[in-house]
Parts: sequence; C-alpha cells; structure tokens
Amino acid sequence: MKSSKWTDERIEQVVSILLRTGVLIAGAVVFVGGIYYFARHASEPVNYRTFHGEPEVDRILHRIVAGAFTLRGRSIIQLGVVLLLATPIARVAVSLVGFALQRDWTYVLITAIVLGVLLYSLVGGALQG
Amino acid sequence: MTAAEFAPIVFAAALLAGFVGSLTGLGGGVIITPVLTLFLGVDMRYAIGATLVSVIATSSGAAAAYVRDRYSNIRIGMFLEIATTLGAVCGAWLGTHVPTRALAIVFGVVLLQAAWQASREPKPQTKLPVSDPLACRLKMNSSYPTATGECHYSVRRVKAGFGLMFVAGAISGLLGIGSGSLKVIAMDQVMQIPFKVSTATSNFMIGVTAAASASLYLSRGYVDPGIVMPVMLGVLAGSMVGAKLLPRLGVPLLRKGFAVIVGLIAIQMIVTGIRGTI
Repeated sequence: MKSSKWTDERIEQVVSILLRTGVLIAGAVVFVGGIYYFARHASEPVNYRTFHGEPEVDRILHRIVAGAFTLRGRSIIQLGVVLLLATPIARVAVSLVGFALQRDWTYVLITAIVLGVLLYSLVGGALQG
Repeated sequence: MTAAEFAPIVFAAALLAGFVGSLTGLGGGVIITPVLTLFLGVDMRYAIGATLVSVIATSSGAAAAYVRDRYSNIRIGMFLEIATTLGAVCGAWLGTHVPTRALAIVFGVVLLQAAWQASREPKPQTKLPVSDPLACRLKMNSSYPTATGECHYSVRRVKAGFGLMFVAGAISGLLGIGSGSLKVIAMDQVMQIPFKVSTATSNFMIGVTAAASASLYLSRGYVDPGIVMPVMLGVLAGSMVGAKLLPRLGVPLLRKGFAVIVGLIAIQMIVTGIRGTI
C-alpha cells in the first residue's frame, strides 16, 4: 500500500479540496440567485404554513438548469442546491478513482455501490418527477 | 410576511443555529428545523428540505479541517456509507408517506436523545479483546496522531455497526438532519473506534448520507428557494465562525446549557406533534 502514490491520505486530501471548493461555489451561486430573487420578489408576501410542493421548474433537474440560464432568481438558487448535492457525489467518484489506482478492488466495489445509490436518487428521483 | 422580511429572520436564526451547532457538536440541522416550524410557522416538509441542504454544506465545509488532522478514516467511512445511503433513501421514502404530526414526534424523541448525549462526557469504551476478522479483511484498522505519537486502533463488531448505521441513515433521511450523534454511537460505542476518529469520520459521512435523501426531496418539491437560500447561507456562515472559535472557548459548560435548551425544544416538538398543531 505504501508504495502506491495514491495513499488513503492523498485521496482524502484531494477530496477535502474538492469538498471545500464545491461548497464555496454552491454558496456563491445561491447568494447570486438570492440577489436576483430579491430584485424581483422582495415585496411579495410569502406563506410557508401550508405545503404546496414546488412547481416542476424548481424541482426537475434540466428545468432548473434551463431556468438558471434565463437568470431567473429561484432557478439560480436551485442550481446552487444541485451543485451542493453534486459535491459529495463527486467526492465519492474521486475516491473510486483513488481506490482503482491503488488496485484495491474490494473498495472499488464498495465505493461503486455508494455511488450507485447516490446517482439513483439524484437521476432516478429527477426522472420520476 | 414578505420575502424581504422572512429571509433576514431565517438567516439570523440559521446563523445562530450553525454557530451553536458547530460549537456543541450537535450540528445545525437539529436546531434549525424546530426554529422554522415552531417559531416561524413553516410547514415541516419545507423545513426538512432546507435543513438537509444545509447539512450537506456544513459537513462538506468542515471535512477539510478533519482531513488536515488525519483523524478521519476513509475506508471505514466508505464501507458504512453503503448502509447510511440505503437507509437515507428508505427514510426519505418513509418521510413522504408519514403525516407531519408523526414526524414532529419522532423528531422530538431524536432531539431529546441528541441533547442527552451532548450533555454528557463521552463514555469510556470497554474494550473487547479481539479485532473483528471482517475489519481486517476490509483493511479498516489504522492509526491516528496523538501528542505521544501514532496511536493504533482496531475495529470491532463491524456487522452491528453497519446495522446501526442503516438506522442512522434512515433517521437522517426521514427527519432531514445529519444524525451525527447516532453515527458517533455506532462507531465509538459499538465498533470501538477512538472517539476522535469516530467524530471525524461521522462528519465525513454526513454529507454523502444527506445527499442521497436530499436529491429525492428536491425532486419531490420539498426544497423551496426562498427558504433554502437564507438557511444554507446562514448555517454555513455560522458554522464557519463556530469552527474558528472552537479551540478557544470552554465548551463543556456551553454544551450542558445548550443541551437543556434543545431538550425543552424537543418536548415542545413532541407536544405540538401530539396536539396536531404543526
């Protein structure tokens, strides 16, 4: 294990940089979205007492992305949320590559299962609508 | 209330929750949901969606510090994440089929447990004599740095820990919290992993666990931009300040005081759940 360039420590270092960068980018996108949101909706009344569920444009993946490109504030915020969700998923993907470089196939399999569950809930959930 | 009034109030509450949450190790999630539901009258489902997102942010943001200290164990974390992510998906499914009254009661009970655990000193481990053969095969045994050099540890009762992690994942997905305290119990008490390694690895796992259920909640329309924006930014800013101050504050007294407040909130949550006013 020690002879490999990709030690567990090295994987964790790459992963921690990735996590911090991901969170900062996601936070910045949400902040920008918030500005656009306030520019248009600041004086509108809000009511979260009863649950209505979000419209499709704020919950289906490709519609969120499309909405963000039209600089719709709520869509930009949701895009930031999607980026935040993608951060731990990217973390697991990087770990998978790290274990593969170590030729540790047991952990490649373990990591692949975790990645599979995450992708199922992100993509599968979005497709179901 | 207009959007311009709602967001600053929520931001301030989230800032405080993130700050105190990171100081006490309870996490922002267990506090922000009661604040949103009990004090601001937000429907529990919106609160769960927003809180889950903020949990990912704080977990991922804090991971860097733990990696620098070399406490977290990526193998233990990854193996147990199979259990927590599967649990989270089940919990999220359950969460969309359970009435909010029941959610509030379960939330209160979990909150009581977390408060009780946070108010006590970590229980000393009673060492089992042998390491679990499964832990050897999965290369989980490792070492971490201490003041007197590297400290080696071996992992025990892998299967029992795995099972408890599934429950922790399900509770995380059901209530939209990190359920860090349950994860620490599974690793520290059941698998007998050193406390520092347990907390660091738990923090590492929280983000991945929450991502599994948050994706499902997003696609089901639980994540409202108007709530998630102030919650996420507030908790993130608060926990960053808290993490910076952590080494300089006398934490035990703060933990005890805070545990009492959280305990009271927990009881309030259970009462509103029973009366059905949530």
